[in-house]
Amino acid sequence: MNDISQSFVKFEKIDKSYDGEVLVVKNLNLDISKGEFVTMLGPSGSGKTTTLMMLAGFETPTNGEIFLDTKPISKIPPYEREIGMVFQNYALFPHMTVEENLSFPLEVRKISKPETKEKVKKALDMVELGNFGTRFPAQLSGGQQQRVALARALVFEPRLVLMDEPLGALDKNLREQMQYEIKHIHDRIGITVVYVTHDQSEALTMSNRIAVFNDGVVQQLSTPDILYEKPENSFVAKFIGENNTLNGVVTDVNGDTCTVELDNGFGKVKALKVNVNDKGDKTQLSIRPERVTIDSKDPESNNFEGKIQELIYLGDHIRARLNVCGNDEFIVKVPNEGSFSHKEGDLLNLSWNPDDVRALDI
Amino acid sequence: MPIGDMLFRSVDDSQINSVFPNTFNEYKKWDKEKDELPPEEVYKALFEELAYGEKIQIGRALTRMNYSKSGWKSLIKTTSREIKKAVKKDELPNNYKDFLITANEKWADPTFWYAMGQMVNDTTPIYYWNALDRTYDQDQNVIMQDENRRIYIKTWIKTLKISVYVTIFCLILGFPVAHLLANLPLRYSNLLMIFVLLPFWTSLLVRTTAWIVMLQQNGVINGILVWLGILNDDGRLQLVYNETGTLIAMTQILLPFMILPLYSVMRVIPKSHMRAAQNLGAKPAAAFWRVYLPQTIPGMSAGGLLVFVLAIGYFITPELVGGKDGKLIGHWIAYHLKTTLNWGLCAALGAILLGVMLIFYWLYNKIVGIDNIKLG
Repeated sequence: MNDISQSFVKFEKIDKSYDGEVLVVKNLNLDISKGEFVTMLGPSGSGKTTTLMMLAGFETPTNGEIFLDTKPISKIPPYEREIGMVFQNYALFPHMTVEENLSFPLEVRKISKPETKEKVKKALDMVELGNFGTRFPAQLSGGQQQRVALARALVFEPRLVLMDEPLGALDKNLREQMQYEIKHIHDRIGITVVYVTHDQSEALTMSNRIAVFNDGVVQQLSTPDILYEKPENSFVAKFIGENNTLNGVVTDVNGDTCTVELDNGFGKVKALKVNVNDKGDKTQLSIRPERVTIDSKDPESNNFEGKIQELIYLGDHIRARLNVCGNDEFIVKVPNEGSFSHKEGDLLNLSWNPDDVRALDI
Repeated sequence: MPIGDMLFRSVDDSQINSVFPNTFNEYKKWDKEKDELPPEEVYKALFEELAYGEKIQIGRALTRMNYSKSGWKSLIKTTSREIKKAVKKDELPNNYKDFLITANEKWADPTFWYAMGQMVNDTTPIYYWNALDRTYDQDQNVIMQDENRRIYIKTWIKTLKISVYVTIFCLILGFPVAHLLANLPLRYSNLLMIFVLLPFWTSLLVRTTAWIVMLQQNGVINGILVWLGILNDDGRLQLVYNETGTLIAMTQILLPFMILPLYSVMRVIPKSHMRAAQNLGAKPAAAFWRVYLPQTIPGMSAGGLLVFVLAIGYFITPELVGGKDGKLIGHWIAYHLKTTLNWGLCAALGAILLGVMLIFYWLYNKIVGIDNIKLG
């Protein structure tokens, strides 16, 4: 039980089923340290929101136990958990002004009037809404409502803040701005945050660590750079960032690397052995678009030819869609150095380093 | 238009003025301080107008005169007969006053003449006074009716009381149902909705009579209570043909009008609000009281106003299950409309009803704010 004392939030072997048959969350083990910003990222229906609701106390785990600050919390009702939460649609109370919304959690805790007032003011100043206290939520813009919701979740100094897709309803610019604001507030007050989103760029921007959910299982829990650079399975590789795939069969294993014979006889690729076991295993190779170089032949690398299907000029780089080894959707990002003169239909020489190719499950 | 017509009728007194224009003109010149009886000119004008007036119009005017003082009708009728005889014989009297007093000595009774004072203007408040159990004494002061003729004030109070009770009971019963409707899974809530709406598909008359079957002394409810041993066989409850019956039946019949506005408001309150309140540290009861309930106020007030307004003018149900003391003001409106044909009183009762509703509406607007009403 040593590791419990080290982690602030601990999910231990959590299963959750709504109907007794289908598990929405399967054998979840997750440790979150104090002050950490952890994001649960995954497509809809992957179990991330259910996990959050179990932590908040609105759902009970079917099996397993959640520990908060070393204490099991399954039996504690939501109103005694001291966990703040920002809801998807903010859940601001429309019949109360901003100030009343913020003083609500303090009033139910029987905190004195002057102290309440001071805390509300501080929280409003923190989200730069000092002058909006007497307005009703309906009189605020989406971004302002979002900030009020954030302030309300923080004003009673909870042990932990949960956020359930809090930026989902905002437009793109505001969303990006709020991402930074939330991140800065987190940096400033050092509170533990568990954040749920399906937007990978949001997760990458804000988090210390990201738990990628799929099908009720955490596929990988890592820092953003490791998730991107070293995905452990093909779901993570596809879900985080852009990814090119090639399918094949492992023909040779040599320590950390392996050789893969591509399907339909397109040739052999040297790759990192990540999520395959032995010769004969089917595998999916994952290559990031920016790790493919053009017009450079290096005998140590994998060298292939690709036919240009489409070129898109994006300013700082040119995005080329190629047909490589039968894959019509092979993307290469060519840095715009002013020397790219190929046209659609041309053949390109491509090469990539074996360290940048990961043999994953299929 | 119909409302304007009603309001006009409740004060209109022009019909009688068109029958006795000269009489009333002369009457206004009468100095009551100086002479005990009106001057000769009044008697003369009355004689002429009775002699040559249209019979139907005079008949109508008589009905009106009887509202002011009973006895007018027979007085004029006997007098008319004498006048007609005299006119036929072409024997116009020298002194009209003496002629009329000879024809009927009541013409020497000043109280009749005083009562005429209520009719000489084109408009009259008499119907309103009548609707509030008041009448005029001989000096034209407003006084209460005789004890045994006071029915309206009692009925007004009863109507308001029952309407308030019905509204409160509908709210108490309707709130949980609406809450269930709004929060159950669609499958169950649809079924429940059908149960709520089912009464609308049945005739009001059928529903009301069904309540008689349920509530009467040998009815279903008493039967069950006796069978369960809660009541003695000779201690059966009187549940129908009184205020209790009216209250029970009206509550059931008006319940959907409370449930539907409540439901439509509750349906749009996001479930996350209760969760947010609990997450912020409020116990479920506090979360309900401070977060959920205030948001249902628009629905409660819409439903409450609807039920109250419907209840205050309700007719059929209290008429059938109300018996003698469960009758509401609607009963008297219908009674005067169809039986006594006293449309003026009818209109006055209706106008007061309208006034009461407007007062409640105004109060409501002051307290809750009319913008807060929401039907969906």
